[in-house]
Amino acid sequence: MKGRRRKVILDQVEMDRSIRRIAFEILEKNKGPENLLIVGIPLPGPVLARRIRDQIRSVEGGEIPAGSLDITFYRDDINHRPHPTPKLTDLPVDISGKTVILVDDVLFTGRTIRAALDALMDHGRPSRVQLAVLVDRGHREIPIRPDYVGRNIPTGVNDQIQVLLKELGDERDEVVLVEGEIA
Amino acid sequence: MIGNSRHLLTLEGLLPEDITQVLDTAAGMKEISRRKIKKVPTLRGKTVVNLFFEPSTRTKTSFEIAAKRLSSDAINFTASSSSTAKGETLIDTARNIEAMNPDIVVIRHRYSGAAMMLADRLDCSIVNAGDGCHQHPTQGLLDLFTVRERKKTLSGLKVVIAGDITHSRVARSDIAGFTAMGSEVVVSGPPTMIPEGAERLGARVAGTFEEALDGADVVIMLRIQLERRSGSLIPSMREYARFFSLNPGRLDLASKDVLVMHPGPVNRGVEICSEVADGGRSLILDQVENGVAVRMAVLYLLCGESDEVAG
Repeated sequence: MKGRRRKVILDQVEMDRSIRRIAFEILEKNKGPENLLIVGIPLPGPVLARRIRDQIRSVEGGEIPAGSLDITFYRDDINHRPHPTPKLTDLPVDISGKTVILVDDVLFTGRTIRAALDALMDHGRPSRVQLAVLVDRGHREIPIRPDYVGRNIPTGVNDQIQVLLKELGDERDEVVLVEGEIA
Repeated sequence: MIGNSRHLLTLEGLLPEDITQVLDTAAGMKEISRRKIKKVPTLRGKTVVNLFFEPSTRTKTSFEIAAKRLSSDAINFTASSSSTAKGETLIDTARNIEAMNPDIVVIRHRYSGAAMMLADRLDCSIVNAGDGCHQHPTQGLLDLFTVRERKKTLSGLKVVIAGDITHSRVARSDIAGFTAMGSEVVVSGPPTMIPEGAERLGARVAGTFEEALDGADVVIMLRIQLERRSGSLIPSMREYARFFSLNPGRLDLASKDVLVMHPGPVNRGVEICSEVADGGRSLILDQVENGVAVRMAVLYLLCGESDEVAG
């Protein structure tokens, strides 16, 4: 990591604005907060899911359930590495018939979302699934597209995107791009 | 991989972080077992062979359900129906099974060391599901998981294990597991049932059952195993029950929120009376539910590659 360039892509204010805009877009597209369930992919998806939920609540009021969905058991690279410890799945309501907003921090190859869709369907049959991401960095390997994007950022394949969030013990909210070595 | 090994043969020698990894993984597995659709695709295409040379209902079913909930193919071999009845040796049976390319072989055998012997000779992962009087590591792990779930921690607890310690593989796994996690383990039973050198296993031997129970946080009652010659070590079942049965009076000596456990099957009225086995402090059925989650975690972790391979 030493010597690599670090660039702040979203600072605290910009991240707040992005989350607020995503919340409004969700409300607009779904014509209100009815029947919504916001589900984050750990980590830090559940933190972002709660922020979007809180934002929607402050605009429209009412209780919108937010939860988390672990995808460990559905990964397609599970046999190529030591098996990771699964994280918490917590779906507060039955997802069947709901409009589920999947929330992830960074959209990259799309494989995480593929796994998340499989994981979700094992819990029931949502009426709709939409995808919200804080950052879309490109380089898709499978046909997945987001419905709500905080920021589109062109990246190199070897770059890293770090999402820092206060709820996870970071000092401040920030999205940082760390440039990878050029192969 | 569990503790840098692709086998699970014993809890002895596992580090607290290895055990914690299994317990954390089991917590995720438990959620799967409570879904409407109790299956995830994680071990699709893997084959798990249950090789049981001793009668077992609970453990065999538990391993089979665990394997199936992870989408692996589970095949059961039982001694009575297999070629061992025709005189084939353990090694020959195991080699023949290995020729069918399983990923994991789960073995239960009445000889201590049987699992280790297979691990030395076969290429697949071996899980010890109980070997003689030696170890029953998944039972130990599920006991740890069950206690941790209730007490949130294992460190500093007083854990009593009572019964035929000498012939109990459950006791050996529990002693290794609980002491590794920082619990104090006290064993109690008739002197004929306490092995020489019990202290070397890490346990303290109590003078009387009552003394052991004093302030206990967890009481694990072992089954009097008539099939393992326990009968010759005590004058009679009635005599044993008089001094070592866990009844409500004795349970009052333990801490107020004591947890009562038993690996099953229960001899009601011998090592534990029905009132306690079915009472509010008893976690016997929780243990069975958690057994599936812990075995799922073990199969899942053993199928993962080592760090070096992943690069």
